[in-house]
Amino acid sequence: MTEPLVQVRGLKVHFPIRKGLILARQTGTVRAVDGVDLDIEAGRTLGLVGESGCGKSTLGRAMLRLAPVTEGSVVFDGTDVATLEREALRSMRQNMQMVFQDPLASLNPRQSVETILTEPLRAHGIAYDSSRVRELLELVGLPSAAAQKYPHEFSGGQRQRIGIARAIALEPRFVIADEPVSALDVSIQAQVLNLLEDLQQELGLTYLVIAHDLAVVRHVADDVAVMYLGGIVEQAASDDLYSTPMHPYTKALMSAVPVPDPRVEETRERIILQGDLPSPANPPSGCRFHSRCPFRQETRCDDERPELVEVRPGHTVACHWVEEINSGQIRPHELTPDTVVQLEGHS
Amino acid sequence: MTGAHDQPLLSVRDLSVRFGLKGQRQVAAVDEVSLDIWPGQHVALVGESGSGKSVTSLAVMGLLPDRGVEVGGEVLYRGEDLLTKSPKEMAGLRGSEIAMVFQDPMTSLNPVITVGVQLTEVLLRHLQVSKAEARERAVELLGRVGIPDPARRLREYPHQLSGGMRQRVLIAIALACEPKLLIADEPTTALDVTIQAQVLEVLKDLVADTDAALLMITHDLGVVAGLCDDVNVMYSGRIVESTNRNRLFANPRHPYTGGLLASIPRLDSPRGAPLTPIPGSPTQTLPWTSACAFAPRCGNRVEACTERAPALEATGDRDLRCFNPLADADLTGAAR
Repeated sequence: MTEPLVQVRGLKVHFPIRKGLILARQTGTVRAVDGVDLDIEAGRTLGLVGESGCGKSTLGRAMLRLAPVTEGSVVFDGTDVATLEREALRSMRQNMQMVFQDPLASLNPRQSVETILTEPLRAHGIAYDSSRVRELLELVGLPSAAAQKYPHEFSGGQRQRIGIARAIALEPRFVIADEPVSALDVSIQAQVLNLLEDLQQELGLTYLVIAHDLAVVRHVADDVAVMYLGGIVEQAASDDLYSTPMHPYTKALMSAVPVPDPRVEETRERIILQGDLPSPANPPSGCRFHSRCPFRQETRCDDERPELVEVRPGHTVACHWVEEINSGQIRPHELTPDTVVQLEGHS
Repeated sequence: MTGAHDQPLLSVRDLSVRFGLKGQRQVAAVDEVSLDIWPGQHVALVGESGSGKSVTSLAVMGLLPDRGVEVGGEVLYRGEDLLTKSPKEMAGLRGSEIAMVFQDPMTSLNPVITVGVQLTEVLLRHLQVSKAEARERAVELLGRVGIPDPARRLREYPHQLSGGMRQRVLIAIALACEPKLLIADEPTTALDVTIQAQVLEVLKDLVADTDAALLMITHDLGVVAGLCDDVNVMYSGRIVESTNRNRLFANPRHPYTGGLLASIPRLDSPRGAPLTPIPGSPTQTLPWTSACAFAPRCGNRVEACTERAPALEATGDRDLRCFNPLADADLTGAAR
């Protein structure tokens, strides 16, 4: 195994909750990202999945230092991005770019496409001519006439293509795509997903694709990490994770995704989680998932936070009872919304 | 199931909705839409944004504004045309006979009124009950949609609830008077998958318990696959394919339906299986009056498609609006 291009170790992003205007005091902490380790190998795609509020976007932003890092390191090609300052950080960002979720909100409506695409080049003092703009537009499948137009003249899918063109303008090695297709119509999503794949092949990019849609991640990712309430609960190669999910949360998440096929929908077993995602300002003690887990075992799950442990080669799971659950020794028990609230109240 | 009833619960005939103030060019958001819903039946209306599916539901409920809107055709509820009813008569029907669940629970609940008041309001309006009885029934309803500690939640405001709970409250309000028909407009689109699964389960159970018919409006074919008996696919304001769900998913005939199914990433498909997107975007349409609106994006296009408008015709086991449909059992036809 070669050295990963991106290595995240013990990354924490905590946001203070303040009260009072003049004598502001901190009354609590939102633990958006709470101790995450990730490895991304060059030329591969890591899919990061989780529900809204689990901290996946904050994690992505913190890796580019767009969110403040509280603790931990993000090593990109030998350099710790988490401790870089000013100019060093700025020039480092040439190698790491981001594609945002909402293409309309992330493109300046008063700038022409040409200005949007060349702004990163100007910011980094790279010489360019109009052929570079044409080249970028061609790479993302837009006509060269698009250069003189403005974002409002394009459809959602085309706007996302502009956002992607801007991200690759600096020839970065690593691109983070935060929900790249969730704002698009179904028939357009596939176009953008295919484009991301083509660009990876052509330019040798390394991706972190953040998404809530497991089917989308299944389609683009080589490796997948599942996040729950600030921590990674399971990570494995995509095929491995989708064929044999081992963490109870991953299992529930996967069984909740509707499949557009009535035959599958009627026969498959569905695990329905009770309750809502707990607040990251007051997360449950021990295993973060214990309040909603149908396999919870008395006291150990409530008291001790499980570490990611390699269960099979390349497949890591953060669960105390993963062996017993998957061999069938521990049976699931019924949970009701009321018991979930009770368990959260205790912690 | 339908044998005991001699007429559909809701029968939409040739519905059209045109927008545009006097003197302005009119835009047909919905045209030639016909569909039947029998008692207890679950029917889906599927389409992308801008296809006219939500406007159809608003027209059925009589919730479109008066000014600048022209609604044509018939909406027969138990044989009576809802489009000719007075606002007062409609207000009597809404909530008690036909109810609706909207997409965004934050904007469809009143933020300055407690959940309890909003839930008892519909009970007090349509049923002969006292305030205390309504309150009791509201607690029971919230419990049934899976909200813990319902008595306390009744005193809370919408912002104090999570997205999933707000949507449950909306479902509780909609089903409070046991309506015969529930229209759900993208009820789970704003929710996470695990919460979506919870809410769909609640919706399914309650609809089954009260024996209500369901008109499900969604863009998500996955949600439809597990829930609905009949599926109508809309494109640019018209129904292009309409059939039973098993036939639609196993054997889509309209190139748009086929393209949609081929372009969705699926959880159970092998990794690396190529997605075949539909080229172009939903805004590239031709007017239905002179051509097929889908023609610019269609891989099965023939000359007739850009020369005249296809009609919705019964073709074998389904209704289809296409000159050159995909062959039977041909899933890859839309891929060119």
